[in-house]
Amino acid sequence: MEDSIIQLAHGGGGTRMNELIREIFANRFSNEHIDGMSDAANIDLTSSRIAFTTDGFVVKPHFFPGGDIGKLSICGTVNDLASAASRPLYISASFILEEGFAITDLERIATSMAETAKTAGVKIVAGDTKVVERGSCDGIFISTSGIGIRLTKEIMAPTRIRPGDAILVNGAVGDHGMAIMATREGLSLESTIKSDCAPLGGLMEAILTAAPDVRFMRDATRGGLATVLCESCDGMEFGIECEEATIPLNSSTTAACELLGLDPLYSANEGKIVAVVPADEAEAALVAMRGHELGRDAAIIGHATGGRAGHVSLITTLGSRRMLVRKSGEQMPRIC
Amino acid sequence: MCLAIPMQIEAIDGEMGTVEATGIKREVSLSFIDDPSVGDYVLIHAGFAIQKIDEHQANETIELLNQMAQRAREMKS
Amino acid sequence: MKHLSEYRNSDHARTLSIEIARVRIDRPIQIMEVCGTHTMSIARFGLKQLLPKNIRLISGPGCPVCVTPNNFLDRAIAISKIADTTICTFGDMMRVPGSSSSLEVEHARGSDIRVVYSTLDALMIARAHPDRNVVFLGVGFETTAPTIASSIEIAHSEGLKNYSVLCAHKVVPPAIEALLSGEVKIDGFLLPGHVSSIIGAKSYRGIAERHAIACSIAGFEPSDILGALLEITTQISNSKPAIHTAYARAVTEIGNSKALAVLDRVFESCDANWRGIGNIPGSGLAIRDKFSQHDAAKRFPVSIDESVDNPACRCGDILTGKISPDECPLFRNGCTPDHPIGACMVSNEGSCAAHFNYGATNI
Repeated sequence: MEDSIIQLAHGGGGTRMNELIREIFANRFSNEHIDGMSDAANIDLTSSRIAFTTDGFVVKPHFFPGGDIGKLSICGTVNDLASAASRPLYISASFILEEGFAITDLERIATSMAETAKTAGVKIVAGDTKVVERGSCDGIFISTSGIGIRLTKEIMAPTRIRPGDAILVNGAVGDHGMAIMATREGLSLESTIKSDCAPLGGLMEAILTAAPDVRFMRDATRGGLATVLCESCDGMEFGIECEEATIPLNSSTTAACELLGLDPLYSANEGKIVAVVPADEAEAALVAMRGHELGRDAAIIGHATGGRAGHVSLITTLGSRRMLVRKSGEQMPRIC
Repeated sequence: MCLAIPMQIEAIDGEMGTVEATGIKREVSLSFIDDPSVGDYVLIHAGFAIQKIDEHQANETIELLNQMAQRAREMKS
Repeated sequence: MKHLSEYRNSDHARTLSIEIARVRIDRPIQIMEVCGTHTMSIARFGLKQLLPKNIRLISGPGCPVCVTPNNFLDRAIAISKIADTTICTFGDMMRVPGSSSSLEVEHARGSDIRVVYSTLDALMIARAHPDRNVVFLGVGFETTAPTIASSIEIAHSEGLKNYSVLCAHKVVPPAIEALLSGEVKIDGFLLPGHVSSIIGAKSYRGIAERHAIACSIAGFEPSDILGALLEITTQISNSKPAIHTAYARAVTEIGNSKALAVLDRVFESCDANWRGIGNIPGSGLAIRDKFSQHDAAKRFPVSIDESVDNPACRCGDILTGKISPDECPLFRNGCTPDHPIGACMVSNEGSCAAHFNYGATNI
């Protein structure tokens, strides 16, 4: 392609659009479905236990330490499927591009999506591209949907959790949110924090193998670890109690949070899964997670309780108890 | 109203300095600090160093806390 | 983190907690902390659970966001609607409700409102956009006011005409005096560590002379706060009130002379209205005439409707320690962090927000 920037014609349905799709997307995502450039991917699934999810991606900046919007768009959907104990298989990707968006950036993003899809073992089989006028979207918005096949007989749900069940997480929390925060104008922070953005399908299967009676899993994204815990027990007949000392944290994330007055437990993640397993499967699950490259710092961080139903307690390093509640919105840096 | 954290001065350039703490760095104003030196720990609030940490006093405080804890352990046993 | 993590040691905290329990005080006492950051730390580390039942910690008006009256927000919002104006603010102010709106809502409506960590970042924005008027919302006590003062001096010396400050800064000692002359029984004060870094322990000597009250200047980590509480309870038990510094690594008798000097060069004392308390003479800071061109109130004299406070809101009584959050009829009953009615709920360090977010330990 000779163009250096996206123009309205690239969304016009004509030869310019075809050229864009072929040279930027199709040749990177290449597989038997997308190569045909047909209207729909025709898929034969080996099971009727299908998991289906969708997600939108609008992150700014488009390229951040540890990832980019493309990698994120694959991981986000893959991880939703993985949390549902499903093997992710097929992804569709819809792009809204702003007139004037740099083609080289689009190429980088597409390459990243292709590489991430390969790592995750998924195929991008359908897509769509639209171009909007300058000012109508912030460079690029991506929407992905995904199909997976459920590997467990039962559907993962918080209602399966019982008092005494162990709660595990696969590593340090809060990195993604702080990696993005550190890039914000008005904060001028230099940091070594990297987004933890990663596809968790393989790790999930390792957990399933070691703990076949896993009760529930959820990937911790916006709202952080604390929000997943709160959502899991909201309205349920069990509570959750976690030990602050056991929650893995990277020191640079902690330092950035202390400086800006933020709580890492509420900071976003893009490569963390919270798994609730029966107590007698906890050790095996932990060993399996630590044996996987995305779970080296996995930890058992707490357990479900019979008391304080519907509430999440954190036992601080000093032995006192504080409650974790859902926050109303995004955390803001503060000076007070 | 007082969120300030200790960070270490890594470099000084006139009234500005670069401070660091376990993987994060920021340019801050050192204009409130008398004779800042590379290696000093300063309290950072809203992009300014508001006070130098007195390491001698800090060591004394920790020492006192350690002694108290030690006495408490001895009394228990 | 050095000079931070060492003060979160559980052995030290346990020891201090035991020592506090051993101090002979046979009656219930109330200790007030006058710094929102103390409210947050106490809640975050669950420190109330480490204290004997007869010690009650109450929060005072030390949350600068909480004590900023509605009309400041209303004025800031009105200025944000002026063409080519950029409001820069600390994140703390974004969700505070004014009479009818908030900065967050106005941002959604199209006003250019940006969260910054430092006035230095606001100056950078002003330099980068000479065609825009950058107005910084100056809220905070003596820890923060010098940083705003410095930004005004920098703007003045650079001829950065498009930078100005809407000033609502307040100072702590007059508020402590007002509280001691008020209705609430206060047996001791946990004094603000970082404000004291700036103003020095000497600033409280007058208070000590006029009202014999147990005080300790405290840092913000568990050992700092518990150590200061041990000192205060010991003073009460021995009837030997004093101004004590439990934060010697950061607080001296004279404070930070450079910061005090810039405060004096840029600001002058004035009366100030504290939400829920009313006017406290000499408790505010106003920008001196020399720097009028950087005074947003003078540069942008907007007319605003008379500010409206919700009549059921009890923020004032909470800020002065008369009642605790759960005694306010609106707490959790219309007033939540999602839909705050008063500033005590929206500010992270407001008593109500801290209680809502961390409390409920009686569940």
